[in-house]
Amino acid sequence: MSDLRSSYLGLALKSPLVASASPICARLDAIRQLEDAGAAAVVLHSLFEEQINIESQELDRHLLQGADSFAEALDYFPAVDDYRLGPEQYLEHLRKAKEAVSIPIIASLNGVSRGGWLRYAQYMEEAGADALELNEYYIPTNPDMTGAEVEAMYCDLVREVKESVKIPVAVKIGPFFSNLANMAARLEAAGANALVMFNRFYQPDFDLEALEVVPNLRLSTSEELRLRLRWVAILHGRVQTDFAVTGGVHTHLDVIKCMMAGANVAMMTSALLQRGIDHLVRVHTDLRTWLEEHDYESIEMMQGSMSQRSSREPGDGLTPK
Amino acid sequence: MSANVRTLDANEAVARIAHAVSELVAIYPITPSSPMGEWADQWSAEHRDNIWGSTPHVIEMQSEAGVAGAVHGALQAGALTTTFTASQGLLLMIPNMYKIAGELTPTVFHIAARSLAAQGLSIFGDHSDVMSARGTGFAMLCSNSVQEAQDLALIAHAATLESRIPFMHFFDGFRTSHEVAKIDALPDETIRAMINDARVQEHRDRALTPDKPVIRGTAQNPDVYFQARETVNPYYLACSEIVQNLMDQFGELTGRSYHCCDYSGAPDADRVLVIMGSGAEAAEETIAALNAAGEKVGLLKLRLYRPFPADRLLAALPDSTQAMAVLDRCKEPGSLGEPLYQDVLTAIAEAQASAAPRFTTTPRIVGGRYGLSSKEFTPAMIQGIFRELAKDSPKNHFTVGIHDDVTHTSLDYDPDFSTEDAETVRAVFYGLGADGTVGANKNSIKIIGESTDNYAQGYFVYDSRKSGSMTTSHLRFGPRPIRSTYLISRANFVACHQFSFLSRFDVLKLAEEGATFLLNSPHPPETVWAAMPRSIQSQIIAKKLKFYVIDAVKVARDAGMGGRINTVMQTCFFAISGVLPADDAIAAIKNAIKKTYGKRGELIVQKNWDAVDSSLANLHEVPVPSAADSGFDLLPPVPAAAPAFVQAVTGRMIAGEGDLLPVSALPVDGTYPTGTTQWEKRNIAQEIPVWDTEVCIQCGKCVMVCPHSVIRSKIVPKDALTDAPPGFLSTTPKWKEHKDEAYTLQVAAEDCTGCGLCVEVCPAKNKREVRLKAINMTPQAPLREAAVKHWDFFESLENMDRDQIHHNLVKDVQLLEPLIEFSGACAGCGETPYIKLMTQLFGDRAYIANATGCSSIYGGNLPTTPYTVNGAGRGPTWANSLFEDNAEFGLGMRACLDMQEAHAKTVLRHLAPKLDQALVDALLAAEQTTEAGINAQRERVAQLKTALHAMDSLEARDLESLADKLVRKVVWIVGGDGWAYDIGYGGLDHVLASGRNVNILVLDTEVYSNTGGQCSKATPRAAVAKFAAAGKGTAKKDLALIAMNYRNAYVARVAMGGNDTQTLRAFREAEAYEGPSLILAYSHCIAHGYNLAFGMDQQKLAVDSGHWPLFRYNPDRTLVGENPFQLDSKAPKVPLDKYIYNETRYKMLVRSAPDTARELLKAAEADVAARWDMYSYMASMPGAKAAEQTAREGEEG
Repeated sequence: MSDLRSSYLGLALKSPLVASASPICARLDAIRQLEDAGAAAVVLHSLFEEQINIESQELDRHLLQGADSFAEALDYFPAVDDYRLGPEQYLEHLRKAKEAVSIPIIASLNGVSRGGWLRYAQYMEEAGADALELNEYYIPTNPDMTGAEVEAMYCDLVREVKESVKIPVAVKIGPFFSNLANMAARLEAAGANALVMFNRFYQPDFDLEALEVVPNLRLSTSEELRLRLRWVAILHGRVQTDFAVTGGVHTHLDVIKCMMAGANVAMMTSALLQRGIDHLVRVHTDLRTWLEEHDYESIEMMQGSMSQRSSREPGDGLTPK
Repeated sequence: MSANVRTLDANEAVARIAHAVSELVAIYPITPSSPMGEWADQWSAEHRDNIWGSTPHVIEMQSEAGVAGAVHGALQAGALTTTFTASQGLLLMIPNMYKIAGELTPTVFHIAARSLAAQGLSIFGDHSDVMSARGTGFAMLCSNSVQEAQDLALIAHAATLESRIPFMHFFDGFRTSHEVAKIDALPDETIRAMINDARVQEHRDRALTPDKPVIRGTAQNPDVYFQARETVNPYYLACSEIVQNLMDQFGELTGRSYHCCDYSGAPDADRVLVIMGSGAEAAEETIAALNAAGEKVGLLKLRLYRPFPADRLLAALPDSTQAMAVLDRCKEPGSLGEPLYQDVLTAIAEAQASAAPRFTTTPRIVGGRYGLSSKEFTPAMIQGIFRELAKDSPKNHFTVGIHDDVTHTSLDYDPDFSTEDAETVRAVFYGLGADGTVGANKNSIKIIGESTDNYAQGYFVYDSRKSGSMTTSHLRFGPRPIRSTYLISRANFVACHQFSFLSRFDVLKLAEEGATFLLNSPHPPETVWAAMPRSIQSQIIAKKLKFYVIDAVKVARDAGMGGRINTVMQTCFFAISGVLPADDAIAAIKNAIKKTYGKRGELIVQKNWDAVDSSLANLHEVPVPSAADSGFDLLPPVPAAAPAFVQAVTGRMIAGEGDLLPVSALPVDGTYPTGTTQWEKRNIAQEIPVWDTEVCIQCGKCVMVCPHSVIRSKIVPKDALTDAPPGFLSTTPKWKEHKDEAYTLQVAAEDCTGCGLCVEVCPAKNKREVRLKAINMTPQAPLREAAVKHWDFFESLENMDRDQIHHNLVKDVQLLEPLIEFSGACAGCGETPYIKLMTQLFGDRAYIANATGCSSIYGGNLPTTPYTVNGAGRGPTWANSLFEDNAEFGLGMRACLDMQEAHAKTVLRHLAPKLDQALVDALLAAEQTTEAGINAQRERVAQLKTALHAMDSLEARDLESLADKLVRKVVWIVGGDGWAYDIGYGGLDHVLASGRNVNILVLDTEVYSNTGGQCSKATPRAAVAKFAAAGKGTAKKDLALIAMNYRNAYVARVAMGGNDTQTLRAFREAEAYEGPSLILAYSHCIAHGYNLAFGMDQQKLAVDSGHWPLFRYNPDRTLVGENPFQLDSKAPKVPLDKYIYNETRYKMLVRSAPDTARELLKAAEADVAARWDMYSYMASMPGAKAAEQTAREGEEG
């Protein structure tokens, strides 16, 4: 029987199949199901510092709206003793998830302030996260900000988070850098233990009747995998971090491609949202079957086998012409 | 400093005691006692136990009458039970209070004593309510301060158990109930020590039980009732001794000594004041000052008023007493004197007539009234009373604190007399409602009270508006106890938190010489002087004020606090006042911020802290120039064009000088002119809507939703605009029949509240820049001058003839003149658009019976009121009776109108031979279902009146006075859900069943909005409200379904944001229906907790989620064989959570109790599904006609 084990962020995984950050991971019962279905690790949904801040500000604003203005109604809501507004709910979920399953739990963080990144990272470590995934989703809109400044910001942040926690840190990034290879190397130098490639950017649509910009969340397809494969293949060996592919992993073949490109794990979200958690069982079975049919002894054997460095014909397929 | 020092108000202090020594608390909201119920509910929700280790059960009832019944029942079953109330609420309890006392049942009712509604309602404090209940047999114990309110609350609970007599424990509404003061909080062991468990056991032993059955509440006959009534005498005779013994016991435990009658002042006083309540504190302060100045005066503070402790009163008075003034804080018209006066008089008279007279020479006793409706009662007035008492013939039945130029009851006094302690810091802060000023000052008082040895007091004054109101905070602190139960009249620190106040109010009126003035100013220190009105400049110079400015808005904005300047100004106050060392003050402020806002997230705390840290660097002292050189001064409160009454009376109230109005200035019967809000220009909007003629599609939605009627449209002949002021906008109407005229839409810039509802509802988007609409919010100040001219010109344009307007089209109806305008309702109010629509359609012939609540406050709170008249002088006539009786009140109006109409027709028939028969026939047969029909009838009535005028007969005069009733009148019964679902439901039910032609408009905010958001039976499941702090666990009552059961009532459920055409249709059908009509109108509300600019979007979601299905039930449809029930909205298409979690009232439960929230959401979803199933089933029922058809087809088939 082929050995499906892999390792990621220093964690020994029973397979390269990881459930990526999604609303599924916000439910404890779903995390248990993921483990049962063969997920080797789970990345929790992201804790969004911005969302916490917005909710906090909204609650404050609305509780104060009209307060101390009219003698008969000095406020409009009962003085509730405690609101679970901050990261408490997330951390409690993280603690419960750790208790509920034996697979590693990777906490995901999307911060907007330096203080937030550091504070919440520490909270997550204290709550028992096996590793952290920093979701560095930043869209620079200021024309005065240079690319170098943006890149420095990413690296500084990774450095500081790494200094504040002891658990491994993965960095989830997008593909849009002038020289992604250089950026990857700098993130490695800053302390990143893994690169998670890639973020899928929020691309709202226009409603032409209402003349409104509307959210348009589209799930990924296997088509999107190629960009990820290409970059993992390029970076594998050039950068010494681990690699995770996220976005476009739907089938066991997608997983195999990820491994061959050089990834340590393949993360699935859209496929699970579309087909249900049980889909993971099928992928797991198909993966094992494929390995056995193709005489691969282990996942480790194929990892990086078709990276740019390992490819027999660098000019073909995955490399630029 | 004692370890138990707390800084809090009397409501909280009293509620803590009541909750600790009770097993059951029955509650109902009424100002100013509501916070006691709120505290009790909150503590029980948090599982705080009483002294026996169980959590008191808190139960909200449908009215105070219901509370009294529940209390009575719980007492009979053996529970230690308490309640809180005030004013008319107490009056509703009176029937049960007689029973409870007659059965010698121990309980304590805690009363934040308040005025009774008479010529007008007042929420403020006096003893009218408790004095109205003095005959019930309840003992009455009065507290004069926050400390006393706590202490005597406990003594009352102990005394009721010992004496078996139920107690009313009362203290002055607002002055004591809402005063924040530093007190010694009673430790639990003291509370425990005062309650005798043996008496508790006896109470339980007397309870009803089938294990040892007895019967109570029998009907008694002439043979025994009288004697049985006398059986209780020994208990009343023993009561004052029981109370005094407990006061002594309390004194030993705490060191605070109280007596049923406490005397203070000169032991050899020649003049003595007798008084109850907070006024006693001011009197004690004054007496000390007068005696120090060589006078011999004294004060008798009566604490136990019932049973009246005559012997103790006589014993407490000094032998030297020559004259006494007995002060009552109430009025009993037609009496020989107010209650306390009469009691004291009787006590002295009986003593003097006895074999052993108490005094060698009977003292002269006069009675006086003071302080009604929280009228100020000051040392100056008290000195005036003592001066009067020194006269040979002091005035009896006097008043003090007002100028009575009609019956000349009032005493003169020297308003400059003051007993303020020179070492007490007296600080006054002017803030804008909801800007955080009051909250910050409450924190400041706590900081000073609990971090220093200073005594501290805070009292807060609010104006009568729900939006854009001014708050005035009065803070005192100093080394000696503070007994000043009156507003600060000599401030040594004045802070003005809103620069715009400078031109509207004399904010330095209270500043004493050498005081400090702190101003939040957008102008830097170098230029601020020039931006201030001349009289402000003059006072700064003349009073030698130290003057500081800070641009607090900028500091707050930079710290990410938006416009919330409270912590910035608070930091400056501490820095300037020096009450604490700077570092200690900063640390204490930050600590208070953490305590207040910590629950709302770290970010909020951090932003406030950042604001604190950056405040002092931006605080500047301004060198004061030597001359006042400003070219402008304070604006007049009303324009010169205002009518005489508005100038003479209303204007002075607006200017804050209402206290100075003499009795003669005010109407004798509470009758006031309507349409006065137009004269009060508040300019509270930072931004106002500006019209874009190119983008506008003239749908009228912005006009329809504007809660304050500040957006209006007209279609006028083009030549009417010839003299339009520059910049006056108009365009071609989109009505084919008016294409040769001009359409204009204007905004009353000075009356707008800036809520933004109009912009959000606007469906038109600018195709070049989609963020812009046909109206867009724009800063007001630069537009104001031109906008005022535009509005005045717009007002001068003729309204379109109502006959030409299609009353069934929203866009047309918005051309109808609204007859409610510029009310004091909250910015973005969801209620007023419905009322406005009603006035547009029927206002010129509408009677409005308005239940107490938000709609009666913005509809009828002085100084200015919003209902107004059209060009013909017609408009809604409006009255408020009570909270509980509004449906009946409106029914009475209808019955009268019907009677008068019938009588007018009878007389008309009698007089027909002397009149034009054709005219008479037309009058009697008039068709008045259309605007044209009504106008025609009005013309006929005018002709009739002319004819009658020429006739010389009693019948002619009779008909002349009633002729207008021949024109169709409409009665609208308006109120909120608290009235309709709860306290007024019985009456509403009866009115629906009566079949009479009234229209009931329920403005359903799903909560008691006016009293601050308490749960009603309209509150939906899963929402949090006061009295439902843990989330409401039961479903919203389906009032519509109940009403439909009668089958004779028109019933509609509407939501303007869900479907405005359906709303319009429902209003018109309701009016047309010749029977009772009920419209339930979804009204978004500030108590829902979201930006009300999106109120209409939320309304749509309420409909689309199935929470608020729209329908109309019209019994008239059965006459033509149709199903009377029409469902006007579609099956739920939006998940309920997408609607409810936009609102804080729901979301806060998710944050505070997520598991409960999840469960309640599921149940609420089930509610929606079940309701929809039922309504869709009802809608699917065939009408009689269709059923017959089906049956026929069946037979044929």
